Amino acid sequence: MTEIGLGHYLTLGAVIFSIGIIGIFLNRKNIIVILMSIELILLAVNINLVSFSIYLGDLSGQVFTLFILTVAAAEAAIGLAIIVVYYRNSGTIRVEEIDKLKG
Amino acid sequence: MIAHAIFFYVFSIIAVVSAIMVTVSKNTVHSVFFLILDFISISCLFIMVGAEFLGMIMLIVYVGAVAVLFLFVVMMLNVAQQKNQWFISEQNSGHIPVGLLISAIIFFELIIVIGGWKYKPDLFETTNLITNEISNTHSLGQVLYTDYIHIFQISGMILLIAMIGAIVLTFRQREGVKKQSYLKQISRERSEGVEVLEVTSNKGVKIDD
Repeated sequence: MTEIGLGHYLTLGAVIFSIGIIGIFLNRKNIIVILMSIELILLAVNINLVSFSIYLGDLSGQVFTLFILTVAAAEAAIGLAIIVVYYRNSGTIRVEEIDKLKG
Repeated sequence: MIAHAIFFYVFSIIAVVSAIMVTVSKNTVHSVFFLILDFISISCLFIMVGAEFLGMIMLIVYVGAVAVLFLFVVMMLNVAQQKNQWFISEQNSGHIPVGLLISAIIFFELIIVIGGWKYKPDLFETTNLITNEISNTHSLGQVLYTDYIHIFQISGMILLIAMIGAIVLTFRQREGVKKQSYLKQISRERSEGVEVLEVTSNKGVKIDD
């Protein structure tokens, strides 16, 4: 228990990843929380990459974490812009009421 | 070692609890606050494990930019007051057990992968080994600007395109707002601006406006 190794960090990543998946599935409020769950999933991926990078002594994992961070920031900006436009057009961002595509 | 374990458990418990609170919180603003707490505790873990640069970058990018962006959008759209419908809407809540099942399966798959993972040193070709002589930021910079320079520049292009896309998406031309049109101003000719009129006495000139 007191020896913290790679497995602990990977388990933490797995737990946060699963919480993100649950957040996507169970969300009934608005679509912003779904975007936040996607951020949680990307965070879990970052934890995995960094812990493997430290464990293997290889810097490539940290470099790719940096790129994932970039992509996550771009994704958040675009997603929030789409949400703002959708709210302006239809007046709601509740997940249940977004059914224009009849999906 | 004990201190490392204690810090790891404290930060990871805070991270997991705040991740749960992000998904189940009734108020969207509270969700954003818990997301900020989650990012802060994870970046503390990164700093603790030896990736200081990434921890600091995470604080700057996520807490300083992304979370504040979320907060702005939540406050702008006025969705915080919307009443929560957790497990109340009966007509289509059939996907909730399915979602729980799928995320439980994903979690156990990940745990099995972690448990069965054996470290084989001959599997990995490591070229960018971490050495303790130079700092984390220094070594990251040495790798980032040499081996990964093309990916680095492409990520800059991604950020630029995301910025342009966000501006184009949310740009709105309002009706009835007086605006200066630079193109119209500089392409103005003398013939359309000045008119020479013959002014007859005692009559004046009618200017159409």
